[in-house]
Amino acid sequence: MEEHRDDLASKTGMWLFLFTEMLLFAGLFVVYSVYRFKHPEAFHLAAEELNVFIGTVNTIILLTSSMTIAMSITAMQKGSTKLSLILLTVTVVLGLAFLVNKYFEWNTKIHHHIYPGSEIMASWGQGDILFFGLYYFMTGLHAFHIIIGLTFIGFVMVYIRKGRITPDRYVLLENSGLYWHLVDMIWIFLFPLFYLVT
Amino acid sequence: MSATSTLTTNAEPSYLDYDNHRKGIFAWILSTDHKRIGLLYMFTIMSFFFIGATLGLLMKFELIAPGKTIMNAQTYNAFFTLHGVIMIFVIVIPGLPAVFGNFFLPLMIGARDVAFPRLNLFSWYVYLTGIALVLYSLFAGGGAPDTGWTFYAPYSFKTSTNMLPAVLGAFVLGFSSILTGLNFLVTIHRMRAPGMTWLKMPLFPWTLYGTAWIQILATPIIGITLLMIVAERTLHIGFFDPTLGGDPILYQHLFWIYSHPAVYIMILPAMGVISEIIPTFSQKSIFGYRFIVGSTLAIAFVGYFVWGHHMFVSGMSGVALFTFSFLTFLVAIPSAIKVFNWIATMHKGSILLDTPFYWAVSFIFVFMIGGLSGLVLGSLATNVHLHDTHFVLAHFHFIVFGGTGFAFFAALHYWYPKMFGRMYDAKWANTGWLIFFIGFLTLYSPMFYLGIKGMPRRYYDYDEMFHSGNIVSTMGSWIMIAGIIIIVINLFRAAKSGPKGEQDPWKGRTLEWTVPSPPPVENFDKIPVIEKGPYDYS
Repeated sequence: MEEHRDDLASKTGMWLFLFTEMLLFAGLFVVYSVYRFKHPEAFHLAAEELNVFIGTVNTIILLTSSMTIAMSITAMQKGSTKLSLILLTVTVVLGLAFLVNKYFEWNTKIHHHIYPGSEIMASWGQGDILFFGLYYFMTGLHAFHIIIGLTFIGFVMVYIRKGRITPDRYVLLENSGLYWHLVDMIWIFLFPLFYLVT
Repeated sequence: MSATSTLTTNAEPSYLDYDNHRKGIFAWILSTDHKRIGLLYMFTIMSFFFIGATLGLLMKFELIAPGKTIMNAQTYNAFFTLHGVIMIFVIVIPGLPAVFGNFFLPLMIGARDVAFPRLNLFSWYVYLTGIALVLYSLFAGGGAPDTGWTFYAPYSFKTSTNMLPAVLGAFVLGFSSILTGLNFLVTIHRMRAPGMTWLKMPLFPWTLYGTAWIQILATPIIGITLLMIVAERTLHIGFFDPTLGGDPILYQHLFWIYSHPAVYIMILPAMGVISEIIPTFSQKSIFGYRFIVGSTLAIAFVGYFVWGHHMFVSGMSGVALFTFSFLTFLVAIPSAIKVFNWIATMHKGSILLDTPFYWAVSFIFVFMIGGLSGLVLGSLATNVHLHDTHFVLAHFHFIVFGGTGFAFFAALHYWYPKMFGRMYDAKWANTGWLIFFIGFLTLYSPMFYLGIKGMPRRYYDYDEMFHSGNIVSTMGSWIMIAGIIIIVINLFRAAKSGPKGEQDPWKGRTLEWTVPSPPPVENFDKIPVIEKGPYDYS
């Protein structure tokens, strides 16, 4: 049987999958809105505990990585496999940098005993507890998606080396780009909701 | 659609014989053929149906007399939880799409396979992983979960039973459901045979299309909700714990935002099956094709906005109550349209009285009882009286078991000769149906009465005044099981030694009847070109 290939189908599938990812986070955004509505003052004060500087740096890092992966796709379209690989490497490095920042940020918080179930948090008001519960859960889930995205890009890089992704056939690369943009976009919502509501 | 002659295609091996370079069981469990995957799902689902049905049978036996009969309260709680989890998440939600959708969607739209065959096999493995987690929750340390299949907060993070594996299992099963839905959506968009415009597509694929959208758009919400329960139990994040500021009612909202549309995941493909069987057995084009398509999409759409009717007594504003009640009544309209269309299709048709037709007609009967009792529950005033009583139980089983279950058996008897290339014994099949039907009505009808009288659900004990109704109901469960046993034995015997199935035993007009029984690996010799609508009996 002749090889069956339908790039549009693959991309449609990816878009539908991204829908489901968005809805997964949508559930959390609903929960966030409900509790923010109930405890506006506490959310406002709790947000001041977060480090806006690290948050901003991470936002810049992710936005840049979205740019590099988009450039990598263009490089592939124009036939430059090598440049495409370099740009993907940059994307992965930026993604890792994001995670390292996140690690230090969480670490400082946990060091100050700000985490769900800690004694300090137990003495706080309900609004603060909810804020930090949501903070850890949502940024944690987001970081998990970054890891999935990085793994995905890692596979794409291997496939490019092996010649399974070529300038004529790069739908997988495009899909990894789509996924990466989604992860980026969710962060764009998380950043103001947690860091900038002060 | 001219029928391909059996002779020319017989040279190709059927999907049952082809060994795809693998031996024995691996030729099945590593196969990416949509037909084999459909059967893999079918055997998994049937095995678990027996477990779920046994749990149900034992619960009914417990209820044969007031007080403790064969099990204590804790065991009963575990039983109804697992009965619910297995029946809903393992059987009814994947049921029709994963078995008959996988098998017949490509055949009915004239494609060689689904859009992503490997993803399709992967979903089956994800499904098995989910089942393994659910089973693990049964046997591991803390005892089987006892919250009911709804995992309501705060029970679900207070109970000491094995909540985590059960909740994670439901999450993983949801993921499998999403992947199947995604696969079907892309398949329907991209792989219809040339000439098959949207309005020339048969109705079963149409309902799978509506179902797939619900699977994709609703399942993530339960996914995240279940993850929140996991976080609540492991990390003590107080999403739903009032002592930490959380809101248990919010859990109910999030749960039903998925789980109500999930009811339409269950019932839409069932309606699709019936919409295939009725025209074939009336030898007449379906009445109001466009209305059935429209009502399918309307059900899928309106179904999103009615979740609040599960929570009329949980505490909501008056406006919310009124709105949800109104929308619930609205969703009854497209369902009724379908019933009218099926009846109108039969009108002046030349009806073949065969097993699939019996199943289809009895489907309409029980579905109507289930649907109308749903309106009783959807009215605010009566709901307060009937909430959490046996009436709900009866309504739910009439719709879900009466709907999806009857349609599953209907589909099985309708497509059996196509799937296995063998024919079952019609007399035993009809006997099995009749016994099952009688058993079904005897089992569930008394529950309406018991519920109105005030018998609550989810108790292993009851007041003496409910005794007689429960005796009838329990005896019904025995009759129904007898029916199931007859049906299953009959089908197994047919697979072993039944006469050869014809290519088109019912004179169907849709594409799956144009290929040999059982279908060859590649389905079609040549992809057909479609010129006419799907039910052309002119």
